[in-house]
Amino acid sequence: MKLALLLFVVLVSNFLPSSLAAPSSSGDGYAITGRVKVEGMTSKGFGASSKLLNAKIILNGGQNVTFVRADGYFTFHNVPAGTHLIEVAALGYFFSPVRVDISARFPGKIQAALTENRKALHELILEPLREEQYYEIREPFSIMSFLKSPMGLMMGFMLLVIFVMPKLVENMDPEEIRRAQEEMRTNFLPRSS
Amino acid sequence: MGSSHLRPRTAMAIRARLGFVILLSLFFSATLSTALYEDQVGLADWHHKYIGKVKHAVFHTQKTGRKRVVVSTEENVVASLDLRTGFIFWRNVLGKNDHIDQVDIALGKYVVTLSSGGSILRAWNLPDGQMIWESTLPVSTLSKSSLYVLANMNVGKDNLILVFGGSSIHALSSMDGQIVWRKELSIDSLEIQQIFQPHDSDIINAVGFVGSSEFVVYQISYRTGEVMQQSKASFESGFCGEASLVFDNLVVALDASKSSLVSISFKNEVINFHQINLSDLVPDFSGKVTLLPLKFNGMLAIEIASSILLLRVKGANELEFVEKISHPFAFSDALPLSKEQQAFAILQHDESKIHFKVKSDNDLRNEILKETIQMDSQRGNIEKVFINNYIRTDRTHGFRFLVVMEDHSLLLIQQGEIVWSREDGLASIVDSTTSELPVEKEGVSVAEVEHNLFEWLKGHLLKLKGTLMLASPDEVAAIQAIRLKSSEKNKMTRDHNGFRKLIIVLTRAGKVLALHTGDGRVVWSVLLPALRRSETCGNPFALRVYQWQVPHHHAMHENPSVLVVGRCGHGFDAPGIFSIVDSYTGKVQNSLILEHSVSHIMPLPLTDSTEQRLHLIIDAKLQAHLYPKNSDSLKHFFNEMPNIYWYSVEVEKNKIKGYSLESKAELDTAEEYVFQAKELWSIIFPSESEKIAVTATRKMNEIVHTQAKVVADQDVMYKYVSKNILFVATVAPKAAGEIGSATPEEALLYAYLIDTVSGRILHRVCHQGAQGPVHAVVSENWVVYHYFNLRAHRYEMSVIEIYDQSRADNKDVWKLVLGKHNLTAPVSLYSRPDVMVKSQSYFFTHSVKSMAVTATAKGITSKQLLIGTIGDQVLALDKRFLDPRRSVNPTQSEKEEGIIPLTDSLPIVPQSYITHSLQVEGLRSMVTIPAKLESTTLVFSYGVDLFFTRIAPSRTYDSLTEDFSYALLLITIVVLVAAIFVTWALSEKKELKEKWR
Repeated sequence: MKLALLLFVVLVSNFLPSSLAAPSSSGDGYAITGRVKVEGMTSKGFGASSKLLNAKIILNGGQNVTFVRADGYFTFHNVPAGTHLIEVAALGYFFSPVRVDISARFPGKIQAALTENRKALHELILEPLREEQYYEIREPFSIMSFLKSPMGLMMGFMLLVIFVMPKLVENMDPEEIRRAQEEMRTNFLPRSS
Repeated sequence: MGSSHLRPRTAMAIRARLGFVILLSLFFSATLSTALYEDQVGLADWHHKYIGKVKHAVFHTQKTGRKRVVVSTEENVVASLDLRTGFIFWRNVLGKNDHIDQVDIALGKYVVTLSSGGSILRAWNLPDGQMIWESTLPVSTLSKSSLYVLANMNVGKDNLILVFGGSSIHALSSMDGQIVWRKELSIDSLEIQQIFQPHDSDIINAVGFVGSSEFVVYQISYRTGEVMQQSKASFESGFCGEASLVFDNLVVALDASKSSLVSISFKNEVINFHQINLSDLVPDFSGKVTLLPLKFNGMLAIEIASSILLLRVKGANELEFVEKISHPFAFSDALPLSKEQQAFAILQHDESKIHFKVKSDNDLRNEILKETIQMDSQRGNIEKVFINNYIRTDRTHGFRFLVVMEDHSLLLIQQGEIVWSREDGLASIVDSTTSELPVEKEGVSVAEVEHNLFEWLKGHLLKLKGTLMLASPDEVAAIQAIRLKSSEKNKMTRDHNGFRKLIIVLTRAGKVLALHTGDGRVVWSVLLPALRRSETCGNPFALRVYQWQVPHHHAMHENPSVLVVGRCGHGFDAPGIFSIVDSYTGKVQNSLILEHSVSHIMPLPLTDSTEQRLHLIIDAKLQAHLYPKNSDSLKHFFNEMPNIYWYSVEVEKNKIKGYSLESKAELDTAEEYVFQAKELWSIIFPSESEKIAVTATRKMNEIVHTQAKVVADQDVMYKYVSKNILFVATVAPKAAGEIGSATPEEALLYAYLIDTVSGRILHRVCHQGAQGPVHAVVSENWVVYHYFNLRAHRYEMSVIEIYDQSRADNKDVWKLVLGKHNLTAPVSLYSRPDVMVKSQSYFFTHSVKSMAVTATAKGITSKQLLIGTIGDQVLALDKRFLDPRRSVNPTQSEKEEGIIPLTDSLPIVPQSYITHSLQVEGLRSMVTIPAKLESTTLVFSYGVDLFFTRIAPSRTYDSLTEDFSYALLLITIVVLVAAIFVTWALSEKKELKEKWR
């Protein structure tokens, strides 16, 4: 694993100075900082930043929503201890939701794991599991795809009749063929003459 | 996946003909059911972007670069709009509780928003909307916070952004959002009113009130936040808290009784109060005064007895009357024109005209600019105005006005003309319904047909080239243009497939708009007079819209109409509002304020002789009122009255009650159309262990094709299809909050299926360690619900299917013949229904905002669930994935039936997002409308954005796709005919040869 790159589950207990005697919720809680990282996104001609421009990070199904900064980082402030869920909504990518445990007993201890494959994260770097292709790719024209289409099947059947039937006829007894031809002549000749 | 394409029930019947199935599936394998090719975008779908009602606007009109206006809205959107066209350059939709308090521009390149009650400050890059930084501030929620971006002090250096609220001031660097200093002014109950910076000084002044009678002034160092000077004085008769800063050293406030003005002048630690006598200005003054926010130096706006007075403040105790304005009106904030001069605009509404006046402080008696424009009366009154100036070629000032109207629309007005307008009321749709379009009139000219035929052929040849990948880029563009233009889909008449309809939406502003399903354009719009603020109804709001009259047999000549129901005020006992609007023209046919309240509206499956649908409105006193009020509807109603049941869910009381109607005879009221409700049953959930989280029922107009379901081994199961099934989910009160607030041990989720006629609980299931939010959808004989599993810490979806067992043994033909069946057994409310329930659960990755199910005309086509995900996309998920009969290893016959092997989580296939690469920002709801074509459902999803598309859950098995190449078909036929002739000629020749031999 490439651990060269950044960590960043920064956990700051009482992130804000305690001198502020703010009532309840505003001062306590922890900060969850993470990073969204998307590699090799230029394959489709989009720059990394422009694609992730509107990536939203969602805590606990919409309780808090924040956005990704230009460098990919995001922070949730004032998150109470407990088990939380972080989701990344970025068009074109499939991100697994992340389970984040903030320990109440050991402030500063945080654990994160992808919920889709239960992979534990040592640091909160969120990478897409896969790119999402919303459109069907149009296959270039090929004989096979044409043959598979209803029209192709129809034509194929007809060709079969045209070319295979005579072969079947050839394998028949010459006597019978003659008889058949005779029959045909009696049927068709009067009309053509 | 071959046979899986044959999902409709009809296809099941031909299961035996395996060969045919293979052939068919081969036919279809080239295309996937809902998947879309990129070049098909916009063919059947449209997507409109909105922002909502604008709260604040800041112009950014520098000499170079794009001219734009940055706005924040009531839908929590911060957006940058093109000032020339009104198009959205970018926008960001904040979380649903993250209301924007203020917006400003810092350093000329960052948009700064203060949100969540002044606790979150964010900076966005002005050109592209990328978030630059975000800061969280500790503020007490009790006081309102404001934002003040300091003027450019030192050019090129960092500027400070001040956020103040209550008794604290935060100064943040606008470069990175770091807190530079924070000052807690150590006085209890201090409310800072204003912060301002006197010209060219390093000092910031903060003025505010302590308690109700003391006035304080602070002088704070710009760099360190140190208090340089502090002075306070008290005023014996007290303040009410409203104040307006008139000059750098003068504040005008309202006293505690709100009946007189007090001017407060402060200079060098000396504070003086002066009571201003209003009777000098207004001769017969009495009552209360309201101070209007007019941020203009030396000016004051007050409201006395519904007229507005503009006053000029000449000194501490000298006011001069400038102008009197009447409602409706709007002021803009002050706009600095030059160093000394500033201007502001007054807009006044006069019938259908709006008068624009711009005044500058040089000459308040006269106007710099005076314009009048005609305004569409359907936009209502003017609500807000923002003003911006530009220098004309002759070096005079020209002005632009950004105007917010009563219907939430946004207009830019310049030189007496509307430059652009945005219908942003559509960002806050409350409810919607549909209406058919008029039938097409006969008579099409021959020339038109010929012309069309030629064009048509040409188009198809191009398309053929496209599908064979032979087209040049130019031709590809032409194909796209032809497809999008396709006048066919935008016609104002009914089509054979039922794709063209009107979607009638009701917005929060009380406006009703009809959107065409072809391209989403507004066909007509009407601001309902009944839903506008008036003397009789001070605070009206829109509730629902229903189909009122759908003529198809008897009253063909009449236009269909819709019923809009509203309420006068937010209490449940507030009187109701009723408005009937013509669906084709938008004309209000009838409008009235009801004498009773509206707590529940029931459209009945009955119509009177003019095909007006009967509606029963239940008021807060549990009386049922029948509409329309005519004897004919009463006659129809009496026939059905014993069969009318309803229920009410009282979430606060944790109670569900069922009712029926009491017959007329027992009533002593004189009112003919009023009926009394009779309580039949009630279910009370124990409040210490359960709390109602969600309820769901089947859609009233849902059609079920067949009750029987053929299962693998030629067996039949009967669906328990009842209109009266109510799904209720309750959660443990401890786990009723958001995710992360409860442990798995305390969380419990119960799912109930309740019969709403008898109040009987048909089924109850408990999910340990599960909590809300719960989303549920009920259709046919099944329920699908989405909730959070705390144990696995993943979202889960469960399905419950309910089958009727009482008819299960009616399958033996011999029994039927010999009369030993139970078909004639009496069906009673009191007998316990013999039902069988199957259920299964699966993991689902995303949070869900909304769920819906597809609906088709005859109910034959198999169903898809529509899931609005947290990412504002809509995912179509086949119901087959939520089938309790799924198992890890399905048998051969089950596989043939189309049962998918069981997996622990539901698949998310990106191609099955019906919104493809678009997002319906702020998604709130999805509505499915059956088309006439059985295979197809129309889907309208709305939130801040609107998105419409049509989907075919089992493919369009009953029509050729858009992509069908007629040209290829023609060519094939031509080739075949040619081949016939050639072979004929050849055989002739051959025969001739044979004869010569």
